[in-house]
Amino acid sequence: MDISYNVNGDDFTRAGEASSKFKKALKQVGFDAEIIRRVTIAMYEAEINMVIHAHGGVIDCKITPEKIELWFRDKGPGIENIDLAMKEGYSTAPDNVRSLGFGAGMGLPNIKKYTDEMKIETELGVGTTVYIAVNV
Amino acid sequence: MNKPFHSVTLDPDKCRGCITCVNRCPTGAIRVRNGKAKILAELCIDCGECIRRCPHHAKKAVYDSLDRLNEFEYKIALPAPALYGQINNLEDIDYVLTALKKIGFDDVFEVSKAAELISCYTRDLINSGKLKKPVISSACPAVVRLIKVRFAQLCDNVLPLLPPMELAAKIAREEAIKKTGLQSEKIGIFFISPCAAKVTDVKNPIGRDKSEIDYVLSIGEVYPPLISKMNKLDKVEPLSESGIIGVGWASSGGESSALFNEKYLAADGIEEVIKILEEIEDEHLYDLDFVELNACNGGCVGGVLTAENPYVAKARIQMLRKYLPVSQNHIDENADTSNVDWDGELIPEKTMMLSENIGESLRMLSEIDDMVERLPQLDCGACGAPSCHAFAEDVVRGYANENDCIFQLRDYIHNLVRSVSSLESLLPNKVRKENDDEN
Ligand SMILES: Nc1ncnc2c1ncn2[C@@H]1O[C@H](COP(=O)(O)OP(=O)(O)OP(=O)(O)O)[C@@H](O)[C@H]1O
Ligand code: SF4
Ligand SMILES: [Mg+2]
Repeated sequence: MDISYNVNGDDFTRAGEASSKFKKALKQVGFDAEIIRRVTIAMYEAEINMVIHAHGGVIDCKITPEKIELWFRDKGPGIENIDLAMKEGYSTAPDNVRSLGFGAGMGLPNIKKYTDEMKIETELGVGTTVYIAVNV
Repeated sequence: MNKPFHSVTLDPDKCRGCITCVNRCPTGAIRVRNGKAKILAELCIDCGECIRRCPHHAKKAVYDSLDRLNEFEYKIALPAPALYGQINNLEDIDYVLTALKKIGFDDVFEVSKAAELISCYTRDLINSGKLKKPVISSACPAVVRLIKVRFAQLCDNVLPLLPPMELAAKIAREEAIKKTGLQSEKIGIFFISPCAAKVTDVKNPIGRDKSEIDYVLSIGEVYPPLISKMNKLDKVEPLSESGIIGVGWASSGGESSALFNEKYLAADGIEEVIKILEEIEDEHLYDLDFVELNACNGGCVGGVLTAENPYVAKARIQMLRKYLPVSQNHIDENADTSNVDWDGELIPEKTMMLSENIGESLRMLSEIDDMVERLPQLDCGACGAPSCHAFAEDVVRGYANENDCIFQLRDYIHNLVRSVSSLESLLPNKVRKENDDEN
Protein backbone atom coordinates (compact mmCIF):
# COMPACT_ATOMS: atom_id res chain seq x y z
CA MET A 1 0.00 0.00 0.00
CA ASP A 2 1.45 3.38 -1.09
CA ILE A 3 0.40 6.86 -0.05
CA SER A 4 1.91 10.22 -1.04
CA TYR A 5 1.60 13.62 0.58
CA ASN A 6 2.52 17.03 -0.77
CA VAL A 7 4.09 19.20 1.90
CA ASN A 8 3.51 22.91 1.51
CA GLY A 9 6.66 24.87 2.34
CA ASP A 10 5.18 28.29 3.03
CA ASP A 11 2.97 27.62 5.97
CA PHE A 12 4.57 26.68 9.31
CA THR A 13 1.22 26.57 11.04
CA ARG A 14 0.08 23.71 8.79
CA ALA A 15 3.29 21.72 9.14
CA GLY A 16 2.57 18.30 10.60
CA GLU A 17 -0.61 17.68 8.61
CA ALA A 18 0.86 14.82 6.59
CA SER A 19 2.09 13.11 9.76
CA SER A 20 -1.27 13.36 11.43
CA LYS A 21 -3.08 11.96 8.35
CA PHE A 22 -0.59 9.12 8.15
CA LYS A 23 -1.00 8.43 11.86
CA LYS A 24 -4.74 7.96 11.31
CA ALA A 25 -4.05 5.54 8.44
CA LEU A 26 -1.66 3.52 10.63
CA LYS A 27 -4.27 3.33 13.37
CA GLN A 28 -6.81 2.08 10.83
CA VAL A 29 -4.42 -0.63 9.70
CA GLY A 30 -4.14 -1.73 13.30
CA PHE A 31 -0.40 -1.53 13.94
CA ASP A 32 0.84 -1.62 17.54
CA ALA A 33 0.67 1.68 19.40
CA GLU A 34 4.44 1.63 19.90
CA ILE A 35 5.15 1.20 16.16
CA ILE A 36 2.76 4.02 15.35
CA ARG A 37 4.42 6.19 17.97
CA ARG A 38 7.91 5.69 16.51
CA VAL A 39 6.80 6.26 12.92
CA THR A 40 4.82 9.40 13.68
CA ILE A 41 7.50 11.04 15.80
CA ALA A 42 10.15 10.43 13.11
CA MET A 43 7.82 11.46 10.30
CA TYR A 44 6.84 14.66 12.03
CA GLU A 45 10.48 15.69 12.49
CA ALA A 46 11.34 14.98 8.85
CA GLU A 47 8.18 16.75 7.63
CA ILE A 48 9.03 19.83 9.70
CA ASN A 49 12.57 19.82 8.35
CA MET A 50 11.20 19.88 4.80
CA VAL A 51 9.11 22.91 5.71
CA ILE A 52 11.64 24.94 7.68
CA HIS A 53 14.82 24.08 5.79
CA ALA A 54 13.70 23.18 2.24
CA HIS A 55 10.45 24.96 1.15
CA GLY A 56 8.41 21.76 1.31
CA GLY A 57 8.43 18.66 -0.89
CA VAL A 58 6.82 15.27 -1.29
CA ILE A 59 6.53 12.34 1.13
CA ASP A 60 6.09 8.85 -0.31
CA CYS A 61 5.00 6.14 2.09
CA LYS A 62 5.04 2.41 1.57
CA ILE A 63 3.32 0.18 4.09
CA THR A 64 3.56 -3.60 4.20
CA PRO A 65 2.70 -5.90 7.11
CA GLU A 66 6.46 -6.21 7.82
CA LYS A 67 7.79 -2.71 7.30
CA ILE A 68 6.84 0.95 7.07
CA GLU A 69 9.07 2.98 4.73
CA LEU A 70 9.07 6.70 4.03
CA TRP A 71 10.92 8.91 1.52
CA PHE A 72 11.05 12.66 2.09
CA ARG A 73 12.09 14.36 -1.14
CA ASP A 74 12.75 18.07 -1.38
CA LYS A 75 14.37 20.52 -3.81
CA GLY A 76 15.85 22.63 -1.03
CA PRO A 77 19.41 23.85 -0.43
CA GLY A 78 20.79 20.43 0.51
CA ILE A 79 22.85 19.60 3.60
CA GLU A 80 26.51 20.61 3.59
CA ASN A 81 27.80 18.20 6.20
CA ILE A 82 25.58 15.25 7.09
CA ASP A 83 27.66 14.14 10.08
CA LEU A 84 27.41 17.59 11.58
CA ALA A 85 23.69 17.81 10.86
CA MET A 86 23.17 14.51 12.67
CA LYS A 87 24.79 15.87 15.86
CA GLU A 88 22.48 16.64 18.74
CA GLY A 89 22.10 20.39 19.10
CA TYR A 90 23.38 21.32 15.63
CA SER A 91 20.97 23.62 13.87
CA THR A 92 21.00 26.31 11.20
CA ALA A 93 17.39 27.29 11.86
CA PRO A 94 16.88 31.06 11.57
CA ASP A 95 15.58 33.13 14.48
CA ASN A 96 11.99 33.39 13.25
CA VAL A 97 11.80 29.59 13.23
CA ARG A 98 13.42 29.30 16.65
CA SER A 99 10.86 31.65 18.11
CA LEU A 100 8.24 29.04 17.14
CA GLY A 101 10.04 26.46 19.22
CA PHE A 102 11.94 24.68 16.45
CA GLY A 103 15.70 24.67 16.00
CA ALA A 104 16.92 22.67 19.00
CA GLY A 105 18.91 20.55 16.57
CA MET A 106 17.20 17.41 17.83
CA GLY A 107 15.17 16.47 14.76
CA LEU A 108 17.60 14.28 12.81
CA PRO A 109 19.05 12.59 15.96
CA ASN A 110 15.50 11.74 17.06
CA ILE A 111 14.63 10.34 13.64
CA LYS A 112 17.67 8.08 13.96
CA LYS A 113 16.66 7.05 17.47
CA TYR A 114 13.10 6.07 16.57
CA THR A 115 13.72 4.24 13.28
CA ASP A 116 15.42 0.98 12.28
CA GLU A 117 16.97 2.43 9.13
CA MET A 118 17.81 5.96 8.05
CA LYS A 119 19.62 7.25 4.97
CA ILE A 120 20.22 10.77 3.75
CA GLU A 121 21.09 11.60 0.15
CA THR A 122 21.77 15.23 -0.50
CA GLU A 123 23.33 17.55 -3.03
CA LEU A 124 23.97 21.21 -2.40
CA GLY A 125 21.62 23.42 -4.41
CA VAL A 126 19.70 20.40 -5.71
CA GLY A 127 17.86 18.88 -2.78
CA THR A 128 17.70 16.20 -0.14
CA THR A 129 16.07 12.80 0.19
CA VAL A 130 15.69 11.32 3.64
CA TYR A 131 14.73 7.64 3.75
CA ILE A 132 13.50 6.01 6.95
CA ALA A 133 12.13 2.57 7.77
CA VAL A 134 10.54 1.03 10.83
CA ASN A 135 10.25 -2.75 11.05
CA VAL A 136 6.93 -4.01 12.33
CA MET B 1 -24.68 -8.71 22.09
CA ASN B 2 -26.76 -5.77 23.31
CA LYS B 3 -26.03 -2.41 21.78
CA PRO B 4 -24.15 -0.26 24.29
CA PHE B 5 -26.35 2.33 26.02
CA HIS B 6 -25.99 5.95 24.94
CA SER B 7 -27.78 8.88 26.50
CA VAL B 8 -27.56 10.89 23.28
CA THR B 9 -30.35 9.77 20.97
CA LEU B 10 -32.36 10.85 17.94
CA ASP B 11 -36.01 11.81 17.82
CA PRO B 12 -36.69 10.62 14.25
CA ASP B 13 -39.95 12.58 13.98
CA LYS B 14 -38.11 15.87 14.38
CA CYS B 15 -35.05 14.99 12.28
CA ARG B 16 -35.08 16.55 8.79
CA GLY B 17 -31.86 14.91 7.63
CA CYS B 18 -30.15 18.28 7.16
CA ILE B 19 -26.66 16.86 8.06
CA THR B 20 -25.81 19.75 10.42
CA CYS B 21 -24.99 17.22 13.14
CA VAL B 22 -23.09 14.96 10.73
CA ASN B 23 -20.67 17.78 10.02
CA ARG B 24 -20.28 18.83 13.63
CA CYS B 25 -19.78 15.45 15.27
CA PRO B 26 -16.18 15.41 16.59
CA THR B 27 -15.78 11.66 16.19
CA GLY B 28 -17.58 11.38 12.83
CA ALA B 29 -20.19 9.16 14.48
CA ILE B 30 -23.30 10.31 12.61
CA ARG B 31 -24.60 9.36 9.15
CA VAL B 32 -27.86 10.32 7.53
CA ARG B 33 -29.52 7.13 6.31
CA ASN B 34 -32.98 7.08 4.77
CA GLY B 35 -33.31 10.75 5.60
CA LYS B 36 -32.60 10.40 9.33
CA ALA B 37 -29.45 11.01 11.38
CA LYS B 38 -28.28 7.66 12.68
CA ILE B 39 -25.71 7.61 15.50
CA LEU B 40 -23.01 4.94 15.25
CA ALA B 41 -22.94 3.54 18.78
CA GLU B 42 -19.31 2.35 18.64
CA LEU B 43 -18.04 5.85 17.88
CA CYS B 44 -20.39 8.05 19.91
CA ILE B 45 -18.81 9.52 23.06
CA ASP B 46 -21.96 11.31 24.30
CA CYS B 47 -20.30 14.72 24.21
CA GLY B 48 -23.61 16.32 23.26
CA GLU B 49 -22.28 18.44 20.38
CA CYS B 50 -25.13 17.28 18.12
CA ILE B 51 -27.69 18.26 20.78
CA ARG B 52 -26.25 21.77 20.82
CA ARG B 53 -26.08 22.06 17.03
CA CYS B 54 -29.31 20.52 15.72
CA PRO B 55 -31.52 23.35 14.44
CA HIS B 56 -34.61 21.14 14.76
CA HIS B 57 -33.99 19.91 18.32
CA ALA B 58 -34.05 16.35 17.06
CA LYS B 59 -31.12 15.20 19.19
CA LYS B 60 -31.74 14.74 22.87
CA ALA B 61 -30.21 13.29 26.01
CA VAL B 62 -32.08 10.50 27.73
CA TYR B 63 -32.08 10.50 31.54
CA ASP B 64 -34.30 9.28 34.37
CA SER B 65 -37.48 10.84 35.67
CA LEU B 66 -38.05 12.26 39.17
CA ASP B 67 -40.89 9.72 39.52
CA ARG B 68 -38.22 7.12 40.20
CA LEU B 69 -38.06 8.51 43.74
CA ASN B 70 -41.15 6.43 44.51
CA GLU B 71 -39.20 3.20 44.10
CA PHE B 72 -37.17 3.65 47.30
CA GLU B 73 -37.70 4.06 51.00
CA TYR B 74 -34.69 6.31 51.51
CA LYS B 75 -33.63 8.69 48.75
CA ILE B 76 -30.31 10.52 48.53
CA ALA B 77 -29.56 13.36 46.11
CA LEU B 78 -26.03 13.73 44.74
CA PRO B 79 -25.86 17.22 43.25
CA ALA B 80 -23.02 17.91 40.79
CA PRO B 81 -21.35 21.20 41.77
CA ALA B 82 -22.45 22.68 38.41
CA LEU B 83 -25.94 22.85 39.94
CA TYR B 84 -24.84 25.71 42.21
CA GLY B 85 -23.86 27.77 39.18
CA GLN B 86 -27.45 27.74 37.94
CA ILE B 87 -28.71 29.85 40.80
CA ASN B 88 -28.51 33.64 40.88
CA ASN B 89 -27.11 35.40 43.96
CA LEU B 90 -26.46 32.18 45.83
CA GLU B 91 -24.47 32.90 48.97
CA ASP B 92 -24.97 29.66 50.80
CA ILE B 93 -25.02 26.14 49.37
CA ASP B 94 -27.22 25.06 52.28
CA TYR B 95 -30.20 26.77 50.59
CA VAL B 96 -29.83 24.43 47.62
CA LEU B 97 -29.27 21.35 49.75
CA THR B 98 -32.20 22.11 52.08
CA ALA B 99 -34.47 22.71 49.07
CA LEU B 100 -33.40 19.35 47.61
CA LYS B 101 -34.73 17.72 50.76
CA LYS B 102 -38.02 19.56 50.21
CA ILE B 103 -38.52 18.16 46.70
CA GLY B 104 -38.54 14.60 47.97
CA PHE B 105 -35.07 13.52 49.02
CA ASP B 106 -34.33 12.26 52.53
CA ASP B 107 -30.70 13.25 52.42
CA VAL B 108 -28.07 14.87 50.25
CA PHE B 109 -24.42 14.08 49.58
CA GLU B 110 -22.50 16.70 47.65
CA VAL B 111 -20.40 15.41 44.76
CA SER B 112 -18.01 18.28 45.53
CA LYS B 113 -17.26 16.57 48.83
CA ALA B 114 -16.07 13.44 47.05
CA ALA B 115 -14.21 15.64 44.58
CA GLU B 116 -12.08 16.99 47.42
CA LEU B 117 -11.15 13.45 48.38
CA ILE B 118 -10.31 12.59 44.76
CA SER B 119 -8.09 15.68 44.65
CA CYS B 120 -6.17 14.36 47.69
CA TYR B 121 -5.77 10.91 46.15
CA THR B 122 -4.65 12.42 42.84
CA ARG B 123 -2.04 14.60 44.54
CA ASP B 124 -0.63 11.58 46.38
CA LEU B 125 -0.60 9.42 43.26
CA ILE B 126 1.16 12.03 41.15
CA ASN B 127 3.76 12.60 43.86
CA SER B 128 4.33 8.87 44.20
CA GLY B 129 5.72 8.88 40.65
CA LYS B 130 3.85 5.66 39.87
CA LEU B 131 1.84 7.11 37.00
CA LYS B 132 2.79 7.74 33.40
CA LYS B 133 3.02 11.46 32.71
CA PRO B 134 1.25 13.58 31.81
CA VAL B 135 -1.56 12.13 33.89
CA ILE B 136 -4.87 12.78 32.11
CA SER B 137 -7.94 13.41 34.27
CA SER B 138 -10.61 10.70 34.19
CA ALA B 139 -13.43 12.93 35.45
CA CYS B 140 -15.04 13.70 32.07
CA PRO B 141 -16.45 10.42 30.72
CA ALA B 142 -16.75 11.84 27.18
CA VAL B 143 -12.99 12.40 27.18
CA VAL B 144 -12.24 8.95 28.60
CA ARG B 145 -14.41 7.38 25.90
CA LEU B 146 -12.71 9.50 23.24
CA ILE B 147 -9.32 8.23 24.40
CA LYS B 148 -10.57 4.63 24.27
CA VAL B 149 -11.89 5.06 20.74
CA ARG B 150 -9.24 7.26 19.13
CA PHE B 151 -6.12 7.49 21.30
CA ALA B 152 -5.18 3.92 22.21
CA GLN B 153 -1.64 5.03 23.00
CA LEU B 154 -2.87 7.34 25.78
CA CYS B 155 -4.99 4.81 27.68
CA ASP B 156 -2.12 4.30 30.14
CA ASN B 157 -1.98 8.03 30.89
CA VAL B 158 -5.53 8.21 32.21
CA LEU B 159 -5.84 8.68 35.99
CA PRO B 160 -7.08 5.29 37.24
CA LEU B 161 -9.43 6.73 39.86
CA LEU B 162 -13.22 6.76 39.99
CA PRO B 163 -14.96 10.01 39.12
CA PRO B 164 -16.23 12.01 42.12
CA MET B 165 -19.90 11.12 41.50
CA GLU B 166 -19.08 7.44 41.90
CA LEU B 167 -17.09 7.89 45.11
CA ALA B 168 -19.90 10.08 46.43
CA ALA B 169 -22.41 7.31 45.71
CA LYS B 170 -20.28 4.69 47.48
CA ILE B 171 -19.83 6.75 50.63
CA ALA B 172 -23.45 7.95 50.65
CA ARG B 173 -24.72 4.38 50.43
CA GLU B 174 -22.44 3.07 53.19
CA GLU B 175 -23.42 5.94 55.47
CA ALA B 176 -27.13 5.54 54.76
CA ILE B 177 -27.05 1.82 55.49
CA LYS B 178 -25.43 2.54 58.86
CA LYS B 179 -27.76 5.40 59.67
CA THR B 180 -31.07 3.83 58.65
CA GLY B 181 -30.41 0.12 59.06
CA LEU B 182 -32.16 -0.38 55.71
CA GLN B 183 -31.08 -2.89 53.10
CA SER B 184 -29.10 -1.47 50.22
CA GLU B 185 -31.95 -2.02 47.72
CA LYS B 186 -34.26 0.23 49.72
CA ILE B 187 -31.83 3.12 49.37
CA GLY B 188 -32.00 5.10 46.13
CA ILE B 189 -29.00 7.14 45.00
CA PHE B 190 -29.84 9.91 42.50
CA PHE B 191 -27.11 11.79 40.73
CA ILE B 192 -28.14 15.23 39.43
CA SER B 193 -26.15 15.46 36.21
CA PRO B 194 -24.94 18.35 34.08
CA CYS B 195 -24.47 16.22 30.96
CA ALA B 196 -25.35 13.24 28.82
CA ALA B 197 -21.90 11.65 29.11
CA LYS B 198 -22.32 11.15 32.84
CA VAL B 199 -25.73 9.53 32.28
CA THR B 200 -24.06 7.06 29.93
CA ASP B 201 -21.22 6.54 32.39
CA VAL B 202 -23.70 5.43 35.05
CA LYS B 203 -25.65 3.08 32.76
CA ASN B 204 -22.58 1.73 31.01
CA PRO B 205 -19.62 2.50 33.28
CA ILE B 206 -15.91 2.64 32.47
CA GLY B 207 -13.41 1.60 35.13
CA ARG B 208 -15.95 -0.31 37.25
CA ASP B 209 -18.36 -3.15 36.62
CA LYS B 210 -21.46 -1.45 37.93
CA SER B 211 -22.31 2.03 39.13
CA GLU B 212 -23.47 2.65 42.71
CA ILE B 213 -25.82 5.31 41.34
CA ASP B 214 -29.38 4.08 40.79
CA TYR B 215 -30.79 6.85 38.63
CA VAL B 216 -29.54 9.98 36.91
CA LEU B 217 -31.58 13.19 36.84
CA SER B 218 -30.88 16.28 34.80
CA ILE B 219 -29.93 19.62 36.36
CA GLY B 220 -32.29 21.36 33.92
CA GLU B 221 -35.24 19.31 35.09
CA VAL B 222 -34.53 19.47 38.82
CA TYR B 223 -33.92 23.21 38.64
CA PRO B 224 -37.55 24.54 38.37
CA PRO B 225 -39.01 22.64 41.37
CA LEU B 226 -35.84 23.34 43.31
CA ILE B 227 -36.04 27.09 42.77
CA SER B 228 -39.67 27.22 43.80
CA LYS B 229 -38.84 25.44 47.08
CA MET B 230 -35.75 27.59 47.66
CA ASN B 231 -37.92 30.69 47.56
CA LYS B 232 -40.14 29.34 50.33
CA LEU B 233 -37.65 27.96 52.85
CA ASP B 234 -38.43 28.89 56.46
CA LYS B 235 -35.39 27.16 57.93
CA VAL B 236 -32.04 26.36 56.32
CA GLU B 237 -30.24 23.23 57.51
CA PRO B 238 -26.44 23.27 57.85
CA LEU B 239 -25.76 20.50 55.34
CA SER B 240 -22.89 21.60 53.14
CA GLU B 241 -19.51 20.04 53.80
CA SER B 242 -17.37 21.15 50.89
CA GLY B 243 -15.05 24.00 50.11
CA ILE B 244 -13.56 25.97 47.24
CA ILE B 245 -11.66 22.96 45.96
CA GLY B 246 -14.67 20.69 45.58
CA VAL B 247 -17.03 23.30 44.21
CA GLY B 248 -14.30 24.49 41.81
CA TRP B 249 -14.51 21.17 39.95
CA ALA B 250 -17.65 22.57 38.26
CA SER B 251 -15.59 24.61 35.84
CA SER B 252 -12.53 24.04 33.74
CA GLY B 253 -9.29 24.42 35.68
CA GLY B 254 -10.87 23.63 39.04
CA GLU B 255 -9.64 20.06 39.25
CA SER B 256 -6.12 21.15 38.26
CA SER B 257 -5.81 24.02 40.69
CA ALA B 258 -6.66 21.62 43.51
CA LEU B 259 -3.36 19.83 42.86
CA PHE B 260 -1.18 22.73 44.06
CA ASN B 261 1.24 22.06 41.20
CA GLU B 262 1.76 24.55 38.38
CA LYS B 263 2.77 21.93 35.83
CA TYR B 264 -0.72 21.41 34.52
CA LEU B 265 -2.78 22.21 31.46
CA ALA B 266 -6.57 22.56 31.43
CA ALA B 267 -8.47 22.58 28.13
CA ASP B 268 -12.20 22.64 27.49
CA GLY B 269 -14.48 22.26 24.47
CA ILE B 270 -14.29 19.03 22.51
CA GLU B 271 -12.39 20.43 19.50
CA GLU B 272 -9.61 21.81 21.70
CA VAL B 273 -9.55 18.61 23.73
CA ILE B 274 -8.89 16.60 20.55
CA LYS B 275 -6.05 18.93 19.56
CA ILE B 276 -4.42 18.56 22.97
CA LEU B 277 -4.72 14.76 22.88
CA GLU B 278 -3.02 14.78 19.46
CA GLU B 279 -0.23 16.91 20.90
CA ILE B 280 0.25 14.58 23.86
CA GLU B 281 0.18 11.54 21.60
CA ASP B 282 2.86 13.05 19.35
CA GLU B 283 4.93 13.92 22.44
CA HIS B 284 5.00 17.62 21.66
CA LEU B 285 3.91 18.53 25.17
CA TYR B 286 6.44 17.74 27.81
CA ASP B 287 7.12 18.92 31.33
CA LEU B 288 3.48 18.51 32.26
CA ASP B 289 2.36 16.52 35.28
CA PHE B 290 -1.38 16.79 34.80
CA VAL B 291 -3.81 17.47 31.99
CA GLU B 292 -7.43 18.28 32.76
CA LEU B 293 -9.75 17.90 29.78
CA ASN B 294 -13.44 18.75 29.70
CA ALA B 295 -15.54 18.02 26.62
CA CYS B 296 -17.87 20.96 27.34
CA ASN B 297 -17.00 24.62 26.96
CA GLY B 298 -16.16 26.03 30.36
CA GLY B 299 -16.18 22.56 31.96
CA CYS B 300 -19.19 20.82 33.54
CA VAL B 301 -21.06 24.14 33.83
CA GLY B 302 -21.30 23.89 30.02
CA GLY B 303 -22.98 20.47 30.02
CA VAL B 304 -26.04 19.99 27.78
CA LEU B 305 -28.32 19.21 30.72
CA THR B 306 -27.70 22.52 32.48
CA ALA B 307 -30.03 25.49 32.24
CA GLU B 308 -27.68 28.46 32.43
CA ASN B 309 -25.02 29.82 30.07
CA PRO B 310 -21.70 28.20 31.06
CA TYR B 311 -19.82 31.44 31.55
CA VAL B 312 -22.56 32.95 33.70
CA ALA B 313 -22.56 29.77 35.80
CA LYS B 314 -18.78 29.92 36.07
CA ALA B 315 -18.91 33.52 37.29
CA ARG B 316 -21.50 32.59 39.93
CA ILE B 317 -19.34 29.78 41.23
CA GLN B 318 -16.43 32.19 41.45
CA MET B 319 -18.54 34.52 43.59
CA LEU B 320 -19.80 31.67 45.74
CA ARG B 321 -16.21 30.78 46.58
CA LYS B 322 -15.72 33.83 48.73
CA TYR B 323 -18.09 32.37 51.32
CA LEU B 324 -16.31 29.00 51.39
CA PRO B 325 -13.34 27.48 53.21
CA VAL B 326 -10.56 26.03 51.02
CA SER B 327 -11.45 22.40 51.57
CA GLN B 328 -13.39 20.40 54.14
CA ASN B 329 -12.40 16.86 53.22
CA HIS B 330 -9.04 15.19 53.62
CA ILE B 331 -7.67 11.68 53.56
CA ASP B 332 -5.49 10.17 56.26
CA GLU B 333 -1.91 9.47 55.50
CA ASN B 334 -1.53 5.93 54.12
CA ALA B 335 -5.26 5.89 53.40
CA ASP B 336 -6.61 2.81 51.70
CA THR B 337 -7.23 3.65 48.05
CA SER B 338 -9.25 0.56 47.15
CA ASN B 339 -12.44 2.61 47.43
CA VAL B 340 -11.37 4.89 44.60
CA ASP B 341 -9.29 2.64 42.34
CA TRP B 342 -10.62 1.39 39.04
CA ASP B 343 -11.57 -2.28 38.85
CA GLY B 344 -9.45 -2.84 35.76
CA GLU B 345 -7.32 -1.17 33.13
CA LEU B 346 -8.57 1.12 30.41
CA ILE B 347 -8.71 -1.05 27.29
CA PRO B 348 -8.58 0.68 23.91
CA GLU B 349 -11.43 -0.02 21.48
CA LYS B 350 -10.66 -1.45 18.07
CA THR B 351 -13.27 0.64 16.26
CA MET B 352 -10.75 2.54 14.13
CA MET B 353 -9.21 -0.64 12.73
CA LEU B 354 -10.40 -1.65 9.27
CA SER B 355 -9.89 -5.35 9.96
CA GLU B 356 -8.26 -7.66 12.51
CA ASN B 357 -5.76 -8.72 9.86
CA ILE B 358 -3.04 -6.25 8.85
CA GLY B 359 -2.82 -7.50 5.26
CA GLU B 360 -6.56 -7.17 4.81
CA SER B 361 -6.53 -3.70 6.44
CA LEU B 362 -3.87 -2.60 3.97
CA ARG B 363 -5.91 -3.85 1.05
CA MET B 364 -8.95 -1.95 2.35
CA LEU B 365 -6.90 1.18 2.94
CA SER B 366 -5.70 1.22 -0.64
CA GLU B 367 -9.23 0.59 -1.88
CA ILE B 368 -10.37 3.60 0.16
CA ASP B 369 -7.60 5.69 -1.34
CA ASP B 370 -8.55 4.67 -4.90
CA MET B 371 -12.18 5.43 -4.27
CA VAL B 372 -11.44 8.87 -2.82
CA GLU B 373 -9.72 9.66 -6.12
CA ARG B 374 -12.91 8.79 -8.02
CA LEU B 375 -15.12 10.88 -5.72
CA PRO B 376 -15.70 14.60 -6.34
CA GLN B 377 -14.01 15.54 -3.01
CA LEU B 378 -16.52 18.27 -2.40
CA ASP B 379 -17.56 16.86 0.98
CA CYS B 380 -21.12 17.85 0.03
CA GLY B 381 -22.73 15.52 2.53
CA ALA B 382 -25.48 14.37 0.15
CA CYS B 383 -24.47 10.76 0.80
CA GLY B 384 -25.03 11.29 4.53
CA ALA B 385 -21.35 10.99 5.51
CA PRO B 386 -19.27 13.91 6.82
CA SER B 387 -16.69 13.77 4.00
CA CYS B 388 -15.83 11.92 0.79
CA HIS B 389 -13.09 10.15 2.74
CA ALA B 390 -15.50 8.98 5.44
CA PHE B 391 -17.91 7.86 2.71
CA ALA B 392 -15.20 5.83 0.97
CA GLU B 393 -14.42 4.19 4.33
CA ASP B 394 -18.09 3.36 4.80
CA VAL B 395 -18.28 1.78 1.32
CA VAL B 396 -15.14 -0.30 1.84
CA ARG B 397 -16.29 -1.38 5.30
CA GLY B 398 -19.55 -2.44 3.65
CA TYR B 399 -21.83 0.11 5.36
CA ALA B 400 -22.66 2.13 2.26
CA ASN B 401 -23.02 1.69 -1.48
CA GLU B 402 -20.89 3.62 -3.95
CA ASN B 403 -24.03 4.84 -5.75
CA ASP B 404 -25.14 6.63 -2.56
CA CYS B 405 -22.85 9.37 -3.90
CA ILE B 406 -24.98 11.46 -6.25
CA PHE B 407 -21.98 12.15 -8.47
CA GLN B 408 -21.25 8.45 -8.81
CA LEU B 409 -24.94 7.85 -9.42
CA ARG B 410 -24.99 10.54 -12.12
CA ASP B 411 -22.10 8.85 -13.91
CA TYR B 412 -23.83 5.51 -13.52
CA ILE B 413 -27.06 6.82 -15.02
CA HIS B 414 -25.11 8.53 -17.76
CA ASN B 415 -23.44 5.25 -18.69
CA LEU B 416 -26.74 3.44 -18.50
CA VAL B 417 -28.38 5.95 -20.87
CA ARG B 418 -25.46 5.59 -23.25
CA SER B 419 -25.71 1.81 -23.33
CA VAL B 420 -29.49 1.95 -23.79
CA SER B 421 -29.17 4.31 -26.72
CA SER B 422 -26.43 2.19 -28.23
CA LEU B 423 -28.80 -0.78 -27.87
CA GLU B 424 -31.30 1.15 -29.94
CA SER B 425 -28.81 1.40 -32.77
CA LEU B 426 -28.74 -2.38 -32.84
CA LEU B 427 -32.39 -2.53 -33.85
CA PRO B 428 -32.98 -3.43 -37.52
CA ASN B 429 -33.34 -0.32 -39.58
CA LYS B 430 -36.94 -0.97 -40.52
CA VAL B 431 -38.20 -1.33 -36.99
CA ARG B 432 -36.46 1.81 -35.91
CA LYS B 433 -38.12 3.80 -38.64
CA GLU B 434 -41.57 2.60 -37.73
CA ASN B 435 -40.91 3.58 -34.13
CA ASP B 436 -39.84 7.03 -35.18
CA ASP B 437 -42.95 7.45 -37.31
CA GLU B 438 -45.17 6.62 -34.37
CA ASN B 439 -43.81 9.58 -32.45
N1 LIG C 1 15.58 18.73 4.42
C1 LIG C 1 16.63 19.49 4.75
N2 LIG C 1 17.19 20.34 3.86
C2 LIG C 1 18.25 21.11 4.19
N3 LIG C 1 18.82 21.11 5.41
C3 LIG C 1 18.34 20.28 6.34
C4 LIG C 1 17.22 19.44 6.08
N4 LIG C 1 16.96 18.73 7.20
C5 LIG C 1 17.87 19.11 8.12
N5 LIG C 1 18.71 20.05 7.62
C6 LIG C 1 19.86 20.67 8.30
O1 LIG C 1 20.24 19.86 9.37
C7 LIG C 1 20.19 20.61 10.58
C8 LIG C 1 19.81 19.72 11.73
O2 LIG C 1 18.47 19.25 11.55
P1 LIG C 1 17.61 18.83 12.82
O3 LIG C 1 16.28 18.44 12.37
O4 LIG C 1 18.41 17.87 13.62
O5 LIG C 1 17.55 20.19 13.66
P2 LIG C 1 16.66 21.47 13.40
O6 LIG C 1 15.61 21.20 12.39
O7 LIG C 1 17.55 22.61 13.10
O8 LIG C 1 16.01 21.70 14.82
P3 LIG C 1 14.81 20.82 15.46
O9 LIG C 1 14.59 19.65 14.56
O10 LIG C 1 15.29 20.41 16.81
O11 LIG C 1 13.65 21.73 15.50
C9 LIG C 1 19.24 21.72 10.30
O12 LIG C 1 19.41 22.84 11.12
C10 LIG C 1 19.55 22.03 8.84
O13 LIG C 1 20.70 22.80 8.73
S1 SF4 D 1 -28.98 18.29 12.74
FE1 SF4 D 1 -28.94 16.05 12.58
S2 SF4 D 1 -30.60 15.38 13.98
FE2 SF4 D 1 -30.94 17.55 13.58
S3 SF4 D 1 -32.39 17.58 11.84
FE3 SF4 D 1 -30.31 17.78 10.97
S4 SF4 D 1 -29.75 15.63 10.49
FE4 SF4 D 1 -31.50 15.50 11.90
MG1 LIG E 1 14.36 19.53 12.58
